[in-house]
Amino acid sequence: MPTAIAAPKTKKTEVVESVAHKHVEESADLLLHLYKEMMRIRRFEEQSYQQYQKSAIGGFCHLYIGQEAVCVGAISCLEKGDKVLTGYRDHGHALAMGMTADSLMGELFAKATGCSKGKGGSMHFFDNALGMMGGNGIVGSHIPVAAGVAFAQKYKNEKKVTLGFYGDGAAQQGAIHEAMNLAGLWRLPVIFVLENNKYGMGTAVNRSSATSELCKRAEGYNFPGVTCDGMDVLEVRKCFSEAVARARFDNTPTLIEVKTYRYRGHSMSDPANYRTATEVEEKKKEDPILMLKAVLIERGVKEDRIHAIEEAADAEAKASVEHAIAAPEPDLSELATDIVANPWPASMLPRVEF
Amino acid sequence: MALIEYREALGQAIAEEMERDDRVFLMGEEVAEYNGAYKVSKGLLAKFGPKRVIDTPISECGFTGIGVGAAMHGLKPIVEMMTWNFALVGAIDQIISNAAKTLYMSGGQFKCPMVIRGAGGAGGKLASQHSQSFEALFTHIPGLKVAMPATGADAKGLLKTAIRDEDPIIFIESEALYGKKFEVPDGEHLVPFGVADVVKEGSDVTIIAHSRIRHTAAAAIERIESELGISCELIDPRTLRPFDIETVAKSVAKTNRCVVVEEGWHWCGVGAQIAESVYTYCFDDLDAPVVRVAGLDVPMPYNPKLEAAVLPSIDRIIAAVKKVTYK
Repeated sequence: MPTAIAAPKTKKTEVVESVAHKHVEESADLLLHLYKEMMRIRRFEEQSYQQYQKSAIGGFCHLYIGQEAVCVGAISCLEKGDKVLTGYRDHGHALAMGMTADSLMGELFAKATGCSKGKGGSMHFFDNALGMMGGNGIVGSHIPVAAGVAFAQKYKNEKKVTLGFYGDGAAQQGAIHEAMNLAGLWRLPVIFVLENNKYGMGTAVNRSSATSELCKRAEGYNFPGVTCDGMDVLEVRKCFSEAVARARFDNTPTLIEVKTYRYRGHSMSDPANYRTATEVEEKKKEDPILMLKAVLIERGVKEDRIHAIEEAADAEAKASVEHAIAAPEPDLSELATDIVANPWPASMLPRVEF
Repeated sequence: MALIEYREALGQAIAEEMERDDRVFLMGEEVAEYNGAYKVSKGLLAKFGPKRVIDTPISECGFTGIGVGAAMHGLKPIVEMMTWNFALVGAIDQIISNAAKTLYMSGGQFKCPMVIRGAGGAGGKLASQHSQSFEALFTHIPGLKVAMPATGADAKGLLKTAIRDEDPIIFIESEALYGKKFEVPDGEHLVPFGVADVVKEGSDVTIIAHSRIRHTAAAAIERIESELGISCELIDPRTLRPFDIETVAKSVAKTNRCVVVEEGWHWCGVGAQIAESVYTYCFDDLDAPVVRVAGLDVPMPYNPKLEAAVLPSIDRIIAAVKKVTYK
């Protein structure tokens, strides 16, 4: 169960929360949807891994394998118009926000068909229509931006919310303190999603944080701080459905520390020697996909339905690779587009000449 | 036209644009209840209310990031840096990593229309951490536009243009000019970016100078013309990115000599880039190497005698003109 730690709740908040509970419908269809989304991410990331090994994908590439329940559970609580910003480990969030595997794999392959026309790469997945606002490469830097998106949502009275995802490494950045203080001060409809996967690159969280209870930091900003088990997508969903309702109807931010684990290294070049094989094997027993599969079976969902989802996810990921291989590279002229929205005439300097 | 202070001209621009567009809002330290550290925002809270004129905590990274996010989601923030020196506390990451890059790395999907404005340059006896010119740093960055008004009319006209633009604008005001009075047009007055002002025409030497140091150059020119009989053309580029090379090239084609003056540090200063552009586009017209006058490459000292020696002075500009004319 999510553990509420911080800020005394107002009566108003409690009313909103009780409404939120009614929205948690754990129908078989919902469970299958969550399973499908997690499986799509898992298979996509496995293809990303393979294609990176073949050098078809370049740059920094950070896989989300093991953490799928976090973004899938959280994003399943959103509605159209809500926004998501995350850091560089963004493949899962982009898929969960509805972006196609083709547009993402195309971007990883640096092709013109990629979501950012091949100019962004693994760390910069964006989709304006779907509310995916990156894909941001500087650790923690996007969290004030997430608060700013929520500021605009409130300014325009949209009744929409923004989720800002970051890791336990980023949690130590000053930018996040400033963003949380401003969000608490101005009551912004933003949720700070701390994906604690136990390691900021190779540094265990107990070597980077003065406290082991990161969600307690919310107390200092006068909004709720909660923690939940990020290997259990249903617990994640329950926790977020409450927080999203608080943000949407009461302009109350929440810090949610989601305890999760990444099965791969920090990035493709990381052999993860800072942790033991035993630790990883133990954590694999809590694989969020296997855990949800067990729930599905327990609920009497037929194996062939589960199997069909797995097959479809596998086919989608593989097809995205074929599509990316066949896709064209961006034209050289793309170099000089999208630098500014209102470009100056070529008679002025600087000019992009190539 | 009205004779008003530079700060009032800026305040007018903000008020008129806020009147015109509900998406425009102002945030920064002391901008609302205190009426602005330099009184640029005087009266704006009373006129537009706390939703649109917003006091922030001392969190340059946080509130600049809020501005970036708000701009990405359809608002038009004006973010005040009390002085540009404070932008180093994290705002610079929001500006360079986020505001300047989002359009490009999203493949053109997310614009970031915002103005980040505040006091730059030396204000007088403020010492090293409060007397810095960062225009070279920001002018270096693709994705940004950089404006530096030297007069009240340009302050108003450039700021109104900046607020209407769709890109992140670095708007560096001069701390030393806030209290100076200028003739400023009433009502609608827009100065386009990338169009230099030929402040004074002349025939023998082209002098390029921006922001408050342009007034030092103008004072130097009065003496040069009366004492040395050398006719100088003074050009204020007004925006550094984009930069109006056409006006400069036309002038150098006439004068065949060029002096570039700036308040910022000499090494890798804006003047170095302007000189390179003059060499590239005006090489055949030049009768002498371009001469630069800039701030000395030292942190700013507190002592006023030493401070004056760091900044470009009338005497140093006269010496530069003598050098470029071999006199």
